Amino acid sequence: MYELKTLTEAVIKGDINTAVAETQKALDAETNVNDIVDKGLIPGMDEVGDRFSKGQFFVPQMLRSAKTMQECMRLLHPFMKEGDITTKGKVLIGTVKGDLHDIGKNLVSMMMEGAGFTITDLGVDVPPERFVQKAQEIEPDIVAMSALLSTTMPSMPVTIEALEKAGIRDKVKVMIGGAPVTEKYAQEIKADGYASDAGAAVTKAKKLLGVS
Amino acid sequence: MIIVGEKINTSRKSIEEAVQKHDSAAIVQAAREQAEAGAHFIDVNAGTFLEREAECLCWLVETVQQEVDMPLCLDTPSARALSEAIKRHRGEPMINSISLETERLQSLLPLVTSYPCHVVALCMAQTSMPTTVDERVKAGAELIGRLMDEGIPLERIYVDPLIQPVSVDTNMGTAALGAISRIMGDFPGVNTICGLSNVSFGLPVRRLINRNFLALAMSHGLSAAILDPTDRQLMATLLSVDLLLGRDEYCQNYIEAYQNGRIVA
Repeated sequence: MYELKTLTEAVIKGDINTAVAETQKALDAETNVNDIVDKGLIPGMDEVGDRFSKGQFFVPQMLRSAKTMQECMRLLHPFMKEGDITTKGKVLIGTVKGDLHDIGKNLVSMMMEGAGFTITDLGVDVPPERFVQKAQEIEPDIVAMSALLSTTMPSMPVTIEALEKAGIRDKVKVMIGGAPVTEKYAQEIKADGYASDAGAAVTKAKKLLGVS
Repeated sequence: MIIVGEKINTSRKSIEEAVQKHDSAAIVQAAREQAEAGAHFIDVNAGTFLEREAECLCWLVETVQQEVDMPLCLDTPSARALSEAIKRHRGEPMINSISLETERLQSLLPLVTSYPCHVVALCMAQTSMPTTVDERVKAGAELIGRLMDEGIPLERIYVDPLIQPVSVDTNMGTAALGAISRIMGDFPGVNTICGLSNVSFGLPVRRLINRNFLALAMSHGLSAAILDPTDRQLMATLLSVDLLLGRDEYCQNYIEAYQNGRIVA
């Protein structure tokens, strides 16, 4: 198999040109697309997440590496067949109703995607009904909610209740985050998990779904 | 430069504990320190208490003003908490903040127009965060219009251009700075205000970035800031920048501060 170490390094460094070139070389060498993703790209993002959690990498590096992986995925897309790429899990994410903040949510989405999850991002100002409706449609493994204002946090338990009423609460794991959100609050509203930043969110998601 | 002292915020552990325990002495001390360090308004924020926010904010207002004779900056997005707190406030408070987000505008506008107060107007449009200078200026202009229509004088309006982290987009610094310049130019007499910590989110040595942002914002015309006046390096930066901008006759403030041991490199 084509040596993917250079690709992984390029993802860690956020070197888009090298990463794209290496992806193309791997394709030319007839490497399996799944392998390029699982053994080349994802290990790079895992390392980035790890370094971020250790305080060695900062937000701009996460963004740069995520962008690098995205460019490689764009190259690989035409070669992916339906059902070909395995996913670690489906995540439905959004910022709650009345709240327009999305920086944290976007970082979480990017890092989860980099880790191999499939993300459906509902954007900002998402009312409980929309979380429920989309969850019924795509059957995610995780419903993730973000809030940056203490006044919009109450939409989180309301959304959890709406998932219950729709009979799907037990089919998903609910994760929450955002500056005013705490582990304590997550327990109070009976969410399944809380994470304080994008790196921790990936770790938590993996734990909740029992994947590595 | 108008200074709003930011320390009494329950997102700080010591303040949260003080509110929890009703430790008036600790709160009064935090207020007094900031007043003595040069604050013109003392910000009070009890947002972390959620449903108990109104009661905690009221307690903060009463506790501070009992001992410290200074107007407060009532920092909450909750109309309920604000309406309770404003009744207990002695003098003219600053309200932090109103924006164009529908619910927020509708619920806070009646409050800011029924009491004499200063208003922070956040450049957030109805459905999204601004990304460019133009979007910020547009939102700011609209807010100024709405507030003045309701009878609030321009000098009582403090436009916050909405500071976003440069770690996410390195244009966010210049976007905010450009908005400050434009708003000060387009609306002579208006005030601009901002906090200093958003800009450095996600980066190391945030204090360095924050105080340089203060200097840049001041040179673009910023007239008020929400900061920690007990941070000596920050205040020394402020004094030195005021001086450099020709606002300190005979360098008096700077030299006096130096003689009082307040100028730290």
